[in-house]
Amino acid sequence: MSAVLAAVLGATLAGCSSTGGKRAEERAAKAAQGRAAVDTPRWTFAMVTHSGDGDTFWDIVQSGAKQAAAKDNIKFLYAHDVEGNKQAQNVQAMIDQKVDGLIVTLAKPDAMKDVVAKAAKAGIPVITVNSGSDKSKDFGALTHIGQDEVIAGEAVGEQLNARGKKKAVCVLHEQGNVGHEQRCEGVKKSFKGDLENLYVEGTNMPNVQSSIEAKLQSDKDIDAVVTLGAPFAPTAVKAAQQAGSKAEVDTFDLNAKVADALQKGTLGFAVDQDPYLQGYEAVDLLWLYRYNRDMLGGGRPVLTGPQIVTKDDAKTLAEYTKRGTR
Amino acid sequence: MSADAITDERLIGRSPLRRLLGRPELGAVVGAAAVFLFFSFAADSFLRASSLSTVLYASSTIGIMAVPVALLMIGGEFDLSTGVMVTTSALVSSMVSYQMTANVWVGVGVSLLATLAVGFFNGFMLTRTKLPSFIITLGTFLMLTGLNLGFTKLVSGTVSTKTIGDMEGFESARTLFASHLTIGDVDLQVTILWWFGLVALATWILLRTRVGNWIFAVGGGADAARAVGVPVNKTKIGLYMAVAFCAWISGQHLLMSYDVVQSGEGVGNEFLYIIAAVIGGCLMTGGYGSAIGSAVGAFIFGMTSKGIVYAQWNPDWFKFFLGGMLLLATLLNAWVRKRAEASK
Repeated sequence: MSAVLAAVLGATLAGCSSTGGKRAEERAAKAAQGRAAVDTPRWTFAMVTHSGDGDTFWDIVQSGAKQAAAKDNIKFLYAHDVEGNKQAQNVQAMIDQKVDGLIVTLAKPDAMKDVVAKAAKAGIPVITVNSGSDKSKDFGALTHIGQDEVIAGEAVGEQLNARGKKKAVCVLHEQGNVGHEQRCEGVKKSFKGDLENLYVEGTNMPNVQSSIEAKLQSDKDIDAVVTLGAPFAPTAVKAAQQAGSKAEVDTFDLNAKVADALQKGTLGFAVDQDPYLQGYEAVDLLWLYRYNRDMLGGGRPVLTGPQIVTKDDAKTLAEYTKRGTR
Repeated sequence: MSADAITDERLIGRSPLRRLLGRPELGAVVGAAAVFLFFSFAADSFLRASSLSTVLYASSTIGIMAVPVALLMIGGEFDLSTGVMVTTSALVSSMVSYQMTANVWVGVGVSLLATLAVGFFNGFMLTRTKLPSFIITLGTFLMLTGLNLGFTKLVSGTVSTKTIGDMEGFESARTLFASHLTIGDVDLQVTILWWFGLVALATWILLRTRVGNWIFAVGGGADAARAVGVPVNKTKIGLYMAVAFCAWISGQHLLMSYDVVQSGEGVGNEFLYIIAAVIGGCLMTGGYGSAIGSAVGAFIFGMTSKGIVYAQWNPDWFKFFLGGMLLLATLLNAWVRKRAEASK
């Protein structure tokens, strides 16, 4: 065992890379350090989302929420489950713990209805984020913070028009996700050309690639591919290259690779809903409500997007996407 | 089993047709031909060379894992941890390279050791505890899923790894695991070569070596095999390590192909591998099957999943079509096998 370890270490020392890697990152700027800026009591806020395991998007939401929690002297709890009823159970568990504020997503609104009402009845202020802006008020939440998916889709459609695209594919990586359907619907609404939906297996990257490849091969007229999540955009680019297609790839959401690809010009544009802001604002608004009974916009949905990010913006955002806050 | 048993009835010559009908993969081949013909008519672009290379690529990513999974099933065992093991393997090599700022090949090497260790763990636990492989590998599956997420977050700070595309050794590693060869105007992914190579190797092992006999014997009846001197435990551990080895190849392909790995990926893929092996003629009870069959099974899967896209069917029904096609292919497979066995 130790011989193996020694061999590995030896190989590691001998085989250093002079490019990239952690050392390069450490040279880059660090994310801001947080310290409480207020002396209000240490309230506990909980966030319960519909995120799957290991989703980069929700990672950014969390880092925003944690940053605000550090500043506002808040103890921040987080739980998630893709299945509606399990997400509801998680919310119930948070209510049982008598948290001082709740942040929930309404991707599966029907499953969440009762439990959100329960929270409101127990006197726990609730803010919804990301999805469910149309249901938020009815369920008794104070406000909603996020992007209106249809409006975001429309922004994409208009951008495609401006770029003179005629035929586009909307790549859905989670079958049955209402928000995803709304995005493609929005694109369809404002896009003057043809739009088709393509479902892919989001947890299986080679499958995503080969499905997009197959789609592009079967229809040579397609000149734009729209992915609904940042991790799928570079894969779509590969698929287009592999299929010998000239289609431009555009995407919802942002990450470091997308920012990089935008700068290089392999991606057309990205439409960002700023997940960091969704987490940050949700915690901050709950704090404001607890402290001062404030509510931004009188309880009307607060939009965090859509922002169209192109080559020029990507340059300034690259630094933030690398540290995982944009 | 000895060479002088020449009068053994199993060695009496049979006509080539009879021998063909007795092959485990025959049903799958007929099923594959049916699916192929179906999509040739249903989808205009299906028969283009470039489309077929896409189908082959989709098949190969499943096929590479279906080969050792088929061997394991012939040996009478299951592995539910294969899907996430592929992701684990990619994560390990990415994180080792990145965190130590080491040459990418160092990460690839460490990942091989780590993945083989997981395979050994599966086999060792199985032979030691005598628990069913379903339970053992379900445990491994859950533990790896948790480790993938927890470790990645702990080390990288986010749930996906950092890019290693700009590091030394990446280009050469990519050539081996994720390059593509252009033949004429057709682009072939290198995974297709890996897949064919593995199928050939596994077929040779199964049909021409002593280890192959052991695998069939262990799957047919472990106690009887042990009684005639087959090293049952070693064979099973070896099979699990073969699965791990192929998971390593798949994992490196994933990493070199996309240079960033999402830690939540891979869940559910274990079923695709098992499905490919079963369509290809492996019995769920062990002792029967072939490596070529698993390849044909993977090919059916690749054709079905991509053919639906080529045929431009309403995507809302995607999963339904997929399930229906798979069921039909398997039924046809079973029917052909029954006919073949009846005519023996």
